[in-house]
Formats: sequence, structure tokens, C-alpha cells
Amino acid sequence: MSHKEIDEISGVATTGHEWDGIKELDNPMPRWWLWTFYATIFWALVYTVAYPAWPLVSAATSGMLGWSSRADLRTQMASAEAARGDYVAAVGKASVEEILADDALRQFATSAGAAAFKVNCVQCHGSAAAGSPGYPNLNDDEWLWGGTPEEIHTTIAHGIRFGGDDDTRLSEMPAFGGILSREEIDGVVAHVVALSSGGDVTGPGAEIFANNCAACHGGAGKGNAEFGAPDLTDAIWLYGSGPAAIAAQVRQPRHGVMPAWQARLGETTVKELAVYVHSLGGGR
Amino acid sequence: MSGTVEFERHDAQAVNSARLRQPLYTARRKIFPKRASGSFRNFKWLVMAVTLGIYYLTPWIRWDRGPYAPDQAVLVDIANRRFYFFFIEIWPQEFFLVAGLLVMAGLGLFLITSTVGRAWCGYTCPQTVWVDLFLVVERAVEGDRNARIKLDQGPWTARKLALRISKHAIWVLIAVATGGAWIFYFADAPTLLGDFVTGQAAPVAYITVAVLTATTYAFGGLMREQVCTYMCPWPRIQAAMLDEHSLTVTYNDWRGEPRTRHAKRAAAQGVETGDCVDCNACVVVCPMGIDIRDGQQLECITCALCIDACDSVMDKLGRERGLISYATLADYNANMALATEDGAHEIRPSLLRDASGRMSQAVSHFHLRKLFRPRTFIYFGGWSLIGLLLIYGLMTRDRLELNVLHDRNPQYVVLSDGSIRNGYTVKLLNKIPEQRTVTVSLGELPGAAMSVIGLDHEEGSSVTVSLEPDRARSLKVYVRQPRELKPSDSRAQRLVFHVEDVSSHDAADYVTSFETPE
Repeated sequence: MSHKEIDEISGVATTGHEWDGIKELDNPMPRWWLWTFYATIFWALVYTVAYPAWPLVSAATSGMLGWSSRADLRTQMASAEAARGDYVAAVGKASVEEILADDALRQFATSAGAAAFKVNCVQCHGSAAAGSPGYPNLNDDEWLWGGTPEEIHTTIAHGIRFGGDDDTRLSEMPAFGGILSREEIDGVVAHVVALSSGGDVTGPGAEIFANNCAACHGGAGKGNAEFGAPDLTDAIWLYGSGPAAIAAQVRQPRHGVMPAWQARLGETTVKELAVYVHSLGGGR
Repeated sequence: MSGTVEFERHDAQAVNSARLRQPLYTARRKIFPKRASGSFRNFKWLVMAVTLGIYYLTPWIRWDRGPYAPDQAVLVDIANRRFYFFFIEIWPQEFFLVAGLLVMAGLGLFLITSTVGRAWCGYTCPQTVWVDLFLVVERAVEGDRNARIKLDQGPWTARKLALRISKHAIWVLIAVATGGAWIFYFADAPTLLGDFVTGQAAPVAYITVAVLTATTYAFGGLMREQVCTYMCPWPRIQAAMLDEHSLTVTYNDWRGEPRTRHAKRAAAQGVETGDCVDCNACVVVCPMGIDIRDGQQLECITCALCIDACDSVMDKLGRERGLISYATLADYNANMALATEDGAHEIRPSLLRDASGRMSQAVSHFHLRKLFRPRTFIYFGGWSLIGLLLIYGLMTRDRLELNVLHDRNPQYVVLSDGSIRNGYTVKLLNKIPEQRTVTVSLGELPGAAMSVIGLDHEEGSSVTVSLEPDRARSLKVYVRQPRELKPSDSRAQRLVFHVEDVSSHDAADYVTSFETPE
């Protein structure tokens, strides 16, 4: 447009656009706004030269600074590793008992163990390690295979009834469904319920228990951590309490399997897990 | 009046006058304020000295708090999340005290504005104080108004270059000192100064100083009145606090108009004239570049320098001071009505003078009684109420605190003997900079016994713990209730954690719950 129309009232040029008598004024942009705008354009150009930006056929331009997000992540991971390197080394050298005795090491190992637990263990034991039928609750004070720091460590390191580890914890309760008669099983179940609830333990089941069960569970039914034989006198039942659940376990026992973790996670992480599990409140 | 009265008449136009108002898009027109002298100017010097003194010196005041706390009187310790103010130490959860202080500052600003107008803008606002300081430098280097205008309009000579470089160099120095002083509030000042000059301070310190140096230099040296007019929201908000009894800097045109530069000729011709001799003294001293005789305007920060300028001219003329004065709108309107006989004719100042030429008794003047209005009572009431609440809160706050988080997962654990166990994270807050020994004990839950992870102790209903000075300590606590004491009906029982200092008996309680299975 060669012709410039000046608005009479404001004395400012118009864009030539008009709607129902309302004209659009052509005020200039504020200068601070323009300079900010130019600065952002300049910044964008500098940025695309300095950093990876322009997409090409197989990759993007790499930028003159040579920065990459993967390298950045590697650096950050390395510095995080380095920052906790001293603790990791100390945990690696110390025994589980020594870690528990050292306050700083114990706190570090508990946090690290909690993290490892959330990745590897919660699938069976639950997010709070509270277990579920068939999967032990790790918060309580009953331990099938022993609750001292070393025993917990061994269980985690080598697993239970795990085929891939020669040192794995191994035991098997016979299926008494084919050994004892129905009446005998009912009798021994009544005896076990009485053991746990403090009832009469002189019933007909007492003799059957002494002959068939006491070898592993002990004469008083207190269990034996050597064979992973549960304490039958306490309030905790892995496969459910009550005569029906107990009878089912006597007839056709279920046996839980836990993998060995030493080979998979390494010695340090297993120690951290042992410290964490021990700290859940039931450790001996 | 006989003889010639000596006073300077300036050929000046207000840069920001309504008649000459520029479009927003044009470049700033420079203002060259002339040095004023008088009681308001002296008061402003005093305010400047006090406020700058507080700002620059406060971080260097020492305050002994013993070996476990910093000895800086005022310190915002962000890294350790502590705020120290002389004898007061604030933890992050007590920050409401600072928030209350900010509310008080807001209400105080309302109170001041409703009584004496924009006193904050005119005297104590950092923008005003630093612009004043920058102007002192400008005058010292380049001279007063006329010399500066001449220099600005003159060609670039070696002298002009030297003066400009010196001025900007001093401004930058002040700006660096301003930005520099700020960071000392956030770390031990002597240590930080040493680290700062040797290049060992944290990057955030250098960035903060750089940003504040840039803003101080730009706002105080380059932008000046534009910050107040275009950037600051306060001039727009303040109208809500002002009423017709608020004091503002006012040109009393009821005695000044019609203004004339030729009073004698007018008198000889029998034309009535006002007190204003149109000397423009009020215009040349104005740092905002306005003409106060145009009436109340947004740009006016009520610094009162025009009052000083006008009073000195009135003194020379032998007339009463106060042609420009602090006046309320109510008084102004009353006097205006007298001078124009309720708008019946143009201003006739003689109507306000008695036969001997003195100011008439009918002229309204400000009276202190006008400070006491419902509005000021409400502002003052709110201000002092919050102040009293803050003092009460400060005096009664706990220095030993206890927070308990009940484990939600698992909510409870059944142990082998059938007893029920709940887990808790107990946080003990020792808010004094001294080592303490406290006992944590259980209450209300029948048969409750606790054990603390990582603490060598017998399971029981209480445990003794030592707390580091000025630190929080977190304990993992397991509470056990025997099976036989579990009530049959309720699932959640009350459990109280009690912490008590063994020597001072400072104590705190926390009520939580104990979950049991059905």
C-alpha cells in the first residue's frame, strides 16, 4: 500500500483495516518487546549450533559443544555411584552383623535394601513385606529358617528349594494323605490346633503326632529352623489357620520355593536386603 | 512590597506534564532534577542514611548463640533450613511468623497511605532511596541541573566522556555493593566475603550479585521514574487506600492562581494575582518530571521536594509558606469553594485574605484529629491484632516437638505369641541449640511396650534418647500389645506418645492410633 491513512484522533497510522467504522491502529511494537524477540531468535540460532538440534536422515546434528543426554545421564550415574562408593565398599567388606552394629552403615544398608526389596521381592512378599498365604510375612517374629542376621542372609543368598543353587535350603514334608488314615489325620489336626490354642494335648492325636511329626516339628511342636519346620504352637500360619487348612496341609503339603539371589544381585545387595529384612521388626 | 526580590526563575517544562504527554512508544525523555534544600530534603537524607545503613550493616552484626548455632544476628540459613533474627530462631514449620510479619507490613502500608498518602513511595521505597543515591553521584560528578543539561546536549568531548565514565563507574560500584550486601543475609558474612573475593563462593552467590547489580544499575541509574510509573503496581492500588482526609502533596491553587510573572505590572493595572510567581522551582526539583501545579497525578511519589523548593521562594518573597503543601482533599475543596465562592467565578485569592493581607481564619488547615477515622482505626486494629497474635505465638511456641507417623503398610503385624505390633516413625525436634536428653513414653494403650530399632534397650513403656542441638531425630518405634489385652469391640485404639526433657521438663504429646485385627 502506498497510501497511508492517519487516524485523526490519535495521530497514528492505521493498517487500513476497518470493521463497522472501527479502524485498526498501526502502533509500533514496544521496543523492549522487539529487542526481547530479536534476542530469542539470536539465542535459538546459537542454541541449534551449540546443541544437538537439526534432524538429518539417520541422526540429528550433534552440536558444537558435543553435549548429549545419554552422556549426561552416564555422568550423573557415575557421580551418584561415586558418591555412595565408600558406603558400598564398606558394606561389601563387613559382615551383616558388623553392618547392624555400625549406625551409619546400618542406615545406608537399610535404605539400599529397601530399594532392592521393592524391585526384587515385593512380587511375592508384598510392598510392605507383609506376605500373603504361602508367602511369609517378614515383619513378624516367626522365621521358618531362622531370624538371626546370618540366617536371613543365607536364606536370601541361596534361596529355598531352588534348583539352581547347591547350598539352597532344602526340606520336604511327606504327603500324609497316603500314609495316615482319615481318622488319624483328623486326630493329629485336632492335636495341632490344641497346641496352638492352648487346648487339651492329651487326645488321641498326641501319639500319632509323636510318631509321625515330632521328628521335624519337635515333640512339643516348636518346629526346627534346621529343616524349615514351622513352629506349630504359635499364632502364625503360613497356609492358613483352622482345622480345614491344617488338614489340607497335612494330607498334601505345599512347599514354597524362593530363588537364590546371590548370583543374581551380588553379595553387597544381598547383605543390604538382609539388613533391611532384619530391621522390619522381627529380626532376632 | 518594595525593592527587588531576588529569586531564580527557571525556564522549564515538566517532562511528564499532562499537556505534553508522550506516546508510550517513544524513548524516555531525560529528567535532570535540581538539588532541593529544606526540611523535607533533610528528612529524606536522614531516611536514606537509616535505610541504607540497615541494609548494608545488618549482616555484619554478631549475636552469640553458643557453639551449636551461627553467631550472625540476622541469617537466612537456607541450606540448614533455619532463620535467625537476633534472639529468635525459626524453623521452616514456623514460617507463618514471617508470613504474619508480611501481612503486618501490608496493613502498615495501608495505614500509612490512608493517613499521609504515598509516604512509602516518597521516602522509604528502595527505588526512591537508590535513585536518590544515584542522583547524589550524578550531581557530584556532572554538576547540578543546568550543568547536566548543558553536558547532555553538548558534543562528545574528552571531558564529557570522562565525566560519563566516572558517573557510570560509581553507579556500577554502588550496584555491586547493593547486590553484594544481599547475599550476606544468606551465609556467614565474613566467611562469604572472603570466599567471594577469592572466587570460592557458590555460583548462586555470583549469579545473585550479578542479577542484583544489573537491576540496581538499570532501575536506579537508567530507568528511574519509569519504574514507578510503568512497572510498579502500587501506584494503581493505592487509590483504594486514599480518601479525602489523606494527606497528599498539593498545589494550593486557591491561593496561587492566577499565576503571573509580572506581579507589579498586574498590581498597577488592578488585576488580582495569586502567590504563584511561575518560577518553576517546583518543576525543576521534581525527580518524576511532573508539574505539581497540574494537580494530583499518578506519577507523583509525594517526595515533597517541591514543597521545599516553593517554600524557599515564598520565604524570599516574604509570603507565607505552604503554597505547595501536604493537604487533604477535603481542606483543599473547602478552600477552593471559598476562593471561587462555590465555583461562581474564577479563583480570587483575595477572598481568603483579611484586610491586612493575612490568611483568613476561614481557611481550612490540616488537624491531627483527622488521623482518627474509621478507616485508620480498622487498619491499625488489624495491624496490632496480628502483631499481638504473633507475639503470643512466639512466646508460647514449643521448643521440643514430637511428630508421629503411623505405619500404613502393614497397619499391624500379628506376632508368634499372638500379640499385635504397630510401627511408628517418631520425629523428635530439639529446637534449641543445646544437647538434650529426653524420655519418650507411651500412654493410654493397655499393656503397650515399645522397642526402638538401632537403640540398645530393654522393651518397655519408655526409652531415653539423646538429641543433638538444634536438630530433628527420627526413630523407628515398634509398639506391642499382648493378645489378652486386645479389646474385642474396637479396632483402632488411642495411643499417646509423650516426650519430656529429663532436666527442664519441657514436654510434648502426640495422640495417634493403634490398629488391631478383628
